[in-house]
Amino acid sequence: MSQTNDAFEKSEPVDMDSAVSVRSVSKNYGTVEALRDLSLEFPRGQLTSLLGPSGCGKTTLLKIIAGLLEPTSGEILIEGKKVTGPGADRAFVFQDFALLPWASVIRNVAFGLELRGVAKSEREAIAEKYIKNVGLSGFEKSYPHELSGGMRQRVGLARALSVDSQVLLLDEPFSAVDEQNRRKFQEDMLELVRNENKTFIFVTHSIEEAVYVSDQIAILLPRPSRVSEIIRPTSFRNTDVENIRRSPEYLDIVDQIWASLRNYVE
Amino acid sequence: MIVFGRRLPGMSSLLLWALLWEIVGQTGWTFFIPPLSEVLVTLFNVIGTPAFQKAMYETAYAFVAGVFFAIVIGVPVGILIGKSRLLDELILPWVNIFLSAPLTALVPVLMVLFGFGMKSIIITTTLFAIWIIILNSRAGVKQINRSLVEMAHSFGASPFDAFFKVYFWAALPEILGGVRIGVIRAVKGVIIGQLLISIVGFGALFELYSNNFMMSHFWAVLIVLFALAFSLSEFFAYLERRVSYYAASR
Repeated sequence: MSQTNDAFEKSEPVDMDSAVSVRSVSKNYGTVEALRDLSLEFPRGQLTSLLGPSGCGKTTLLKIIAGLLEPTSGEILIEGKKVTGPGADRAFVFQDFALLPWASVIRNVAFGLELRGVAKSEREAIAEKYIKNVGLSGFEKSYPHELSGGMRQRVGLARALSVDSQVLLLDEPFSAVDEQNRRKFQEDMLELVRNENKTFIFVTHSIEEAVYVSDQIAILLPRPSRVSEIIRPTSFRNTDVENIRRSPEYLDIVDQIWASLRNYVE
Repeated sequence: MIVFGRRLPGMSSLLLWALLWEIVGQTGWTFFIPPLSEVLVTLFNVIGTPAFQKAMYETAYAFVAGVFFAIVIGVPVGILIGKSRLLDELILPWVNIFLSAPLTALVPVLMVLFGFGMKSIIITTTLFAIWIIILNSRAGVKQINRSLVEMAHSFGASPFDAFFKVYFWAALPEILGGVRIGVIRAVKGVIIGQLLISIVGFGALFELYSNNFMMSHFWAVLIVLFALAFSLSEFFAYLERRVSYYAASR
């Protein structure tokens, strides 16, 4: 009886549009509280940014969602299923790219599929397609050390896309990429979100970047970490990429976020 | 090296030392140093004899077997202690002790434990080579980029896949460095084994030639041994260079 009640109560708040739900997650490192009772919904098919000052636990939260870290309490639901570890429903893009330096671009892109036991010809055909998608055609046989930072992250992105997970987790993916490449990446992200019908969770410390690419921005504040605000830009999301940065709403949101974060910058 | 604007081929300094050796030998200054030309003639005479070939075979057999066990045991142990904090605490002190211990002093103990035959010689060779291989493999694993490990984990790598597709390759430059130094140490090990345990192989030849003051024979065998050790070490150095393109960017 109590079990059915329990299940009923838990199923009730599920928003049908939510691909990922974070339910009162806490994470302690010894006596240090990294996250306290944090809850957040990630709408399906949209890009949600986790934005906050350094030390606010945004990367910790992302790694908990990825199943790389275990929460001290609380739970993560992906399509209603509880996360117990890494799974095929999520793919991760790393801040420092995490490419195998001894493997060619095509093997790196196909590596997720290789680990899942997909046959070589099949996985290379899939990898080929995503290498083309991220604009790296002709570099299949190159090695990571022969590529620029921006190109390396395109490999990391292609690897995450090629396993065709429903949820993409990106940990400050463009912070190690130069400014011009970063802008190109941000434009590509918008297109990707529009075309791929995946749920994106995007960690960043750049206010402009978050506002530029996000359907929903969760502002995290530290000590103890909590979601202080959720912002959903409305007016500029469907305008051309060139006009976003000129939109009054874009500028207002950037200012508003800065106003709430400036007190937390040391 | 560049002399008078001309680029000399690698190791041309050896020619200079060879010339010096020949001159000192020709002066007849000491019986200990016969002229190099005489040593080389002896070398070509000796190399075809059954005694030499038997010694060569015995030494090579013990050496290859000893190095084989040192690698097959040393690399996995090094990787395991690099990955596990507990095993590291348990095993690392012993590795460091044996790395710096005078292993020659242990050889009599090995003789008591394993007898006077080939087995003890092989074990001596392994003991000389294995510690640096363990230590280097451990160092190779220790410096693995955390996010490579997380990447493998997040894409669902089994422990088997993680070991053979990520850990091993990431640690390979250090492992090869360890094997190269281990091989050089194994040359010492096999000769010491052959001198102390049972007088066979090159060890027996050294014993025979030095006791009978056959210095040109003595030097001839030494040159063969040096050439073998040097070629092996260069071979592993070559393998190391093959992977060095990624050693700097892991």
